[in-house]
Amino acid sequence: MNDFDYLRATALDEASTLAKTPGTMFLAGGTTLIDLAKCGVERPGTLVDITRLPDLSAVTVDEAGATIGALATMSRVAVDAAVTERYPAVSEALLLAASAQLRNMATIGGNLMQRTRCAYFRDPAGYPACNKRMPGSGCSALENVTRDHAILGTSDQCIALYPGDLSVALTALGATVRTTSREIPIARFFVEPGDRPDRETVLERGEIVTAVHVPASAAAANSTYLKVRDRQSYEFAAASAAVGLELEEDGRTIRDIRVALGGVATVPWRAEAVEAALRGRRLGETTIREASRAAVEGARSWYANGYKIELACRVVARAIMEVGGIK
Amino acid sequence: MSLTDSPAKYGSVAGSETASGPLGRAALRGDGSLKVRGAATYALEQPVEGVLHCVLVQSTIGAGRVAAIDRSAAEAAPGVRLVLDAGNSLTLAPMPDFFGNTPPGDSYVPFAREISFNGELIAAVVADTLEQARAAAALLEVTYEEARSVPTFSDPRAGEGRAVDAMTKEWGEPDAAFAEAPVRIEATYETPREYNLPIEPHGLIVHFEADDRLTIYEPTQWVDGTARNYAGWFGLSFDAVRIVSPFIGGGFGSKAQGLPHSAAAAIAAKMLGRPVKLAVTRPQTFTAYGGRPATRQTLRLGAAADGRLLALDHDAASETSVTGTFTETLGIVTKMMYAVPNLSSRQNVVPVNTVLPGPFRAPGKNPSAFAFECAVDELAVELGMDPVDLRRVNEPDHDFETGKPWSSRRLLKCYDVAGEAFGWAGRNPAPRSMREGRQLIGWGMAVGTHPVYAAPGEATVRLLANGSVEVSSSAIDMGTGTYTILAQTAADVLGVPVEKVTVRLGDSRLGRAPVAGGSQLANLMTAAVHKTALAARDELVTLGLTDPNSPLRDQANTLTVADGRIGASRGGAISVGELLAATGRDHLEVTRDTLPEADRTPEERQRMFSTLAGRGALPDLPVSRHSFCAHFIEVRVDEDFGTIRVSRVVTAFDAGRLYNPKLAESQFKGGIVMGIGMALLEEGVTDPRNGRILSSNLADYRIATNADVPEITTISVGEPDYDATPLGGKAVGELSIVGVAPAIANAVYHATGRRVRSLPIKLDDLL
Ligand SMILES: Cc1cc2nc3c(=O)[nH]c(=O)nc-3n(C[C@H](O)[C@H](O)[C@H](O)COP(=O)(O)OP(=O)(O)OC[C@H]3O[C@@H](n4cnc5c(N)ncnc54)[C@H](O)[C@@H]3O)c2cc1C
Ligand code: SF4
Repeated sequence: MNDFDYLRATALDEASTLAKTPGTMFLAGGTTLIDLAKCGVERPGTLVDITRLPDLSAVTVDEAGATIGALATMSRVAVDAAVTERYPAVSEALLLAASAQLRNMATIGGNLMQRTRCAYFRDPAGYPACNKRMPGSGCSALENVTRDHAILGTSDQCIALYPGDLSVALTALGATVRTTSREIPIARFFVEPGDRPDRETVLERGEIVTAVHVPASAAAANSTYLKVRDRQSYEFAAASAAVGLELEEDGRTIRDIRVALGGVATVPWRAEAVEAALRGRRLGETTIREASRAAVEGARSWYANGYKIELACRVVARAIMEVGGIK
Repeated sequence: MSLTDSPAKYGSVAGSETASGPLGRAALRGDGSLKVRGAATYALEQPVEGVLHCVLVQSTIGAGRVAAIDRSAAEAAPGVRLVLDAGNSLTLAPMPDFFGNTPPGDSYVPFAREISFNGELIAAVVADTLEQARAAAALLEVTYEEARSVPTFSDPRAGEGRAVDAMTKEWGEPDAAFAEAPVRIEATYETPREYNLPIEPHGLIVHFEADDRLTIYEPTQWVDGTARNYAGWFGLSFDAVRIVSPFIGGGFGSKAQGLPHSAAAAIAAKMLGRPVKLAVTRPQTFTAYGGRPATRQTLRLGAAADGRLLALDHDAASETSVTGTFTETLGIVTKMMYAVPNLSSRQNVVPVNTVLPGPFRAPGKNPSAFAFECAVDELAVELGMDPVDLRRVNEPDHDFETGKPWSSRRLLKCYDVAGEAFGWAGRNPAPRSMREGRQLIGWGMAVGTHPVYAAPGEATVRLLANGSVEVSSSAIDMGTGTYTILAQTAADVLGVPVEKVTVRLGDSRLGRAPVAGGSQLANLMTAAVHKTALAARDELVTLGLTDPNSPLRDQANTLTVADGRIGASRGGAISVGELLAATGRDHLEVTRDTLPEADRTPEERQRMFSTLAGRGALPDLPVSRHSFCAHFIEVRVDEDFGTIRVSRVVTAFDAGRLYNPKLAESQFKGGIVMGIGMALLEEGVTDPRNGRILSSNLADYRIATNADVPEITTISVGEPDYDATPLGGKAVGELSIVGVAPAIANAVYHATGRRVRSLPIKLDDLL
């Protein structure tokens, strides 16, 4: 880890101004940032600690939706009664993430901004070539060990997975990211690698995430997050799905459905094709399984991660079945 | 049900001559409270004044050489005292490792110039603070000449390797018997590299108090063997080196000798004349020492229609490094487990660009049992036989490898007891026949075993005037319970409550002790303490009877010692303290060892304890000594996702007499938990291009979490086996991991109909 300056911000605009200087980064829970600094990936000149900023850790739930402050910890939001009741997918995504210790430290803002677990990305001493760390330097993962790399949203510059869980739930439920200067629909917040894998979100230098807003909906209230992995805890998803479902009065026709995938794509992945295939249809295992195949439209396997294509479809199907009450 | 509250009829304590005394009871751990309160001082927490901090630098290529290291920027960095590499390091005398590999040449530096694996130690930086050392280490400019490496033995360029002669064994006519066998199976099984990852990192503080005298605070499973390393490196006498290792946060085989990083820290301390502290980082631990090598075994079994094994052919290979030989002894279980009249077993080691592999909980036994116990399950399927029945048919009345009778073997009892507790009789043998919702349920079983090893030990017992007792030895406790059982042993002999006994361990200034490895230490050290405490009791009695100032003089033919008092059986007793005071002493101290009687030079004695020579010093016994266990395991496999959850484990153990059932149960359960990790999670992932370890942290190298561990039932069917060890115990510490992985693999087959022969079994194997 390199030597850096540490400043503690007391006001939002102060923090924002400080961070306009290149080499300056925000420090929230530090569970991504300090980890990556130890690996030599992040080499901040100055850390601006934002954890003492006032008014950024509230969780407010009303008729319109849930507003979750960027500094609220994962563990707190996960057990918030109103979130658990009206946005179960959000609570479940948080509870199934990381470990209890990490969730106690980690914040919602930091969680959105977490970075890939690509082993080559995390090891600059061993792998100088990484387009995400340094555009144009190459990709060390290609033709190598890629069991945990993405099948969707990849480019020939970078196939690194977005590893987070919460953002997948937020993507399914159509959340908005609030910052110091604007409101960004979550679908536009994350950017696919293309030829600039170093750019992961649309945030500008100095821009701070202040809150996440999740609009209320019947689908959000009947939602779930299904995470599949080899280890039962403390592991990123091999594939995951967040699904929200609203049925017609008949209790079997789908009025509204939201589906997003995690563990398979370079960004949280909304599966609109699955939603379209199911809207207006009757619930049923066969229908759901068929429609879920659309989740991996355009997927491309890279060497060892082909299993994710089949797995993703099954995870989506099972998540839909779960909220649809099909055992 | 657990071991601690299991019915006495299976409790090994029952029937033991000391069952009424402290030894054999489920006493609480003596070091437990210290650890819970954070008051146990581990090596890196020792309060040594004025320490400098040392940080390691490892190679980033898998083969080739270091062309140059530009040290200038690092040397100029704030706080830096020394930047060490092969160019400027003090040279040491080469010392053989545990297994007899000695670095080439007449001098040794722990920093490589010729690189033989990725992550090899090439330099170190010493600075006033850890942060300064780390920052400076990042400034080293290393230029390499990279050569092509052969990272794993799956690389076709690795070739077949070389045969290990000691692993070749044949009896009967295996080829002919196999050809004629009515039922045959053949299959190849693989295990990946697995790593010893104790929670306490490897590291040390080295302090040269004088040019020729040093103290090392380092967690080690073998104080005397480690002291010998340092003495040899620096050309000092054994007594000039003091190793202090009172607490060890786990080792699993990896902390039994001085390693290159140990030498690096010692060199820095010597060159700077200041104490130096070094902690190996978690990623560095993956190449600072070796874990279990990857293994591959092809087994051919031939059987009669009634299940009797007729022939066994075992062809094995394991990885080693290009610089040394470590043999993961893969035939070890294969050869002794069942009655096999015709057998052939052989093994190659395949040199690849890796750190030299090393011992990891149940080395050899563990992967050996994985392959063999899966193969036996496959044979049962082929025969249409219940896997327990097949094993019963092949239960040997003696050890077919050595021809010796068993000292004890209660494996049939294990089948009975664990099978019943599990409900095995209700198993439908057809794969995919049991399910609950979308979960396929599978029941599998397998057997584990571990040899009983022996080596001499030494202990000191002091009886104090206040009635308390001190026991000391350089033996160690890595959380397994040595402190506790030695206190129990002394209390047992001397008739005092356990609370009156203080135990000091892990200091080379105390009596000698062998390595805490091979599941031997509990048996050896209880024996040594037992012998010493008896001698102390005898001396006390002699003192009472014969000392001119003894109030008990000439009162009787003998005296009894109990509850801190000594006296004639009829007549008054006085406290041990009164006797000591009357005879002008404040204590009585006795030291004994369990070396066979012989005149030995001090050097020879030293060698017995600080090398593996001690094992050879003991007489060959006419019996074959092993512990046994039978695991019965239930798994649930999601039929869509292929995720495997272990939902139930019932294991019966024959590990002889348990000195402390509570501690034994902890070891048994810990081994089973580790076995779950081995079966389903643990895997060292290497870059096929340059051998770099891609899973070198505890997020990516997956060990079992609490959520992965179901309820585990452990039942002891052991009885004291005095032919195995002096106090009747057998091997405990490593036993239970052996057989877990095959039991799980067999259960996965039963659940899904898929036979996965390569560990770990992952969800993508079952999709
Ligand atoms: C071993 C391990 C396992 C994990 N497993 C999972 C898992 O299973 N699922 C999962 O979802 N996550 C997992 N995580 C990731 C974890 O959730 C994130 O590390 C955590 O949420 C980050 O939050 P933080 O507050 O610690 O962020 P920090 O580390 O403080 O910050 C992360 C980044 O976000 C920036 N940042 C922080 N706050 C703001 C803000 N308000 N506005 C703008 N930028 C900001 C920082 O500058 C930094 O670049 C795991 C992490 C680890 C280390
Ligand atoms: S996949 Fe992306 S993050 Fe990983 S090495 Fe390639 S460029 Fe870097």
